[in-house]
Amino acid sequence: MNARGFQGPPLGGIVTPSMLVAFLVFGTLPFWISQVGLYPYLGIEVLIWCIFALGFNVLLGYTGLPSFGHGAFFGIGAYAMGLAQFELMPDLWLGLGCATLAGAAFGAVVALFLSHRRGIYFALMTIAFSQMFFFVASKWTSVTNGEDGLLNIERLPADFGFAAVPLRGNTAFYYLCFAGFVLVVIGLWRLIHSPFGKVLQAIKQNEMRTSFLGYNVYLFKWASFTLSCAIAGFAGGLFAMAQSGAFVQIMSLQWSGIVVLMTLIGGGFVSFWGPVIGTVFFFVLRDLLGAYTEAWLLWYGLVFMLIVMFKPEGIAGMWQDAVRRLRGRKPVRGTGPLAALWR
Amino acid sequence: MSAVLFEARRLHKRFGDHVVLEEINLAFPEGRLSGIIGPNGAGKTTCFNVLTGRYRPDRGQVLLDGEDITGLPPRRIARKGVSRSFQLMNVFDQFSALDNALLALPALRDRGFDMVHDVRRDGEAQDRAAAVLARVGLGGKEATIAKSLSYGDRRALEIGIALAAEPRILFLDEPTSGLGTEATARLGDLVRELRRHLTIVVIEHDMEFLFGVADAISVIHWGQVIAQGTPEALRENEWVRASNLGRLAS
Repeated sequence: MNARGFQGPPLGGIVTPSMLVAFLVFGTLPFWISQVGLYPYLGIEVLIWCIFALGFNVLLGYTGLPSFGHGAFFGIGAYAMGLAQFELMPDLWLGLGCATLAGAAFGAVVALFLSHRRGIYFALMTIAFSQMFFFVASKWTSVTNGEDGLLNIERLPADFGFAAVPLRGNTAFYYLCFAGFVLVVIGLWRLIHSPFGKVLQAIKQNEMRTSFLGYNVYLFKWASFTLSCAIAGFAGGLFAMAQSGAFVQIMSLQWSGIVVLMTLIGGGFVSFWGPVIGTVFFFVLRDLLGAYTEAWLLWYGLVFMLIVMFKPEGIAGMWQDAVRRLRGRKPVRGTGPLAALWR
Repeated sequence: MSAVLFEARRLHKRFGDHVVLEEINLAFPEGRLSGIIGPNGAGKTTCFNVLTGRYRPDRGQVLLDGEDITGLPPRRIARKGVSRSFQLMNVFDQFSALDNALLALPALRDRGFDMVHDVRRDGEAQDRAAAVLARVGLGGKEATIAKSLSYGDRRALEIGIALAAEPRILFLDEPTSGLGTEATARLGDLVRELRRHLTIVVIEHDMEFLFGVADAISVIHWGQVIAQGTPEALRENEWVRASNLGRLAS
């Protein structure tokens, strides 16, 4: 801590204690997940959606831009992975590179139309674009194989030149996803504490004032959207390998909505870890409630409504309040319409 | 006589059928504090907004050091050294006071696309931002979140952000708005200190405050400049004396 009371990043600014905890939990997950009644593939799903949600939160939580059509870029990444395997060369790194670049490229073009918009108009345009992509993916059968999707996408080995690691098994593939998760976490953590990240957070709070300080807010919004789409594409590429296929359903509005719910329930507005918490919460709830009722999404929707009404800061906000209480400080109250009932 | 740093020539602005500014001519000499007064709805804030790029004028020119900056977007005008505060509080509520000032520093702005280096580890930038906060009376409150600051401190932070941009000319839009007597007096001291190094333009309702700090004052009424001069000369101006403004100024 320096003279002005600010906590500098420990461990050389690369890894923080909270990261170490997350990496320890996820890094050991294949060894204990079966012991708690869950299954190894769940870990793969959780990590891929964590990556997707963390990238999404750069846009929603840090730049304040609500995209309700982000599933389109996740799907584009999945298709790009399949097409790279089938049309270019079956290589893991090439496939992941293509998935990331495809997400970024399509995101960059869409962002040109979005970066001058905000609020409801921004949100509606993201829905419009995602519907366009969904329609094209379902009708352009010569490229996407339409409703059937691209099948038989392989989990290619990770070729390091001197050795190739097979990834067909769930545990090996899990650790590829874990490596991606570690890279995305470290990269985004640095990004949000960099000058670029500060400007994004400033735009979220006060776009006009940011502009009057000399920042090109449109360019920053464009960059934030493009970066977020690149990460969505990367996650989509992993998802295509995990599922051995790329399907049009993941580009639907429903899947776009789910990443929004994960991010908000987890507390993406108040914590870097919000999207991770929200993703874990979603999948655990899906599996636990799903064992009892097919209507588990109904209950999940109810949880979302309660959180929006009583604690918009999400699970991370509840955690932060609990910590504040333990330290004898006043908790942050929600701002939802019924939040006053708590006071 | 100082050279003119910032100039408005025959500015005209209308919103629909409503003419808000008409044939506005203003000149702000370098190193001087110029004031703009006028009743509510006279067009003062619209004038500021046109001068600083928020609105594009329908006619006329805005010149900074002889360079035509008419119609440039705010970010480009800001990068040329024009900084402003706002009548309604316009700080970054969720940032600490230090981060508010930090974000305004040209050094940080110039590397806005740096996605790697941690701003919390940039000691030089932090020291510079802390020095700006100390200058506006917020020393010791660097770590306080902006929305937790008192009203007077938030006003000071508003000016601090504008100052941190290291401007050539500083526009202050009603800086005493909502302040008590003591806080207004402190602000007066700050503005007097700033005017020794900066060209400043102030819109103000508080006539006592403005007549106490300004080198020259322009009176805007019905979107037109109806009188200009030193505070002493304006006190003798017939129109000003006849108006409510004259009573307030005397």
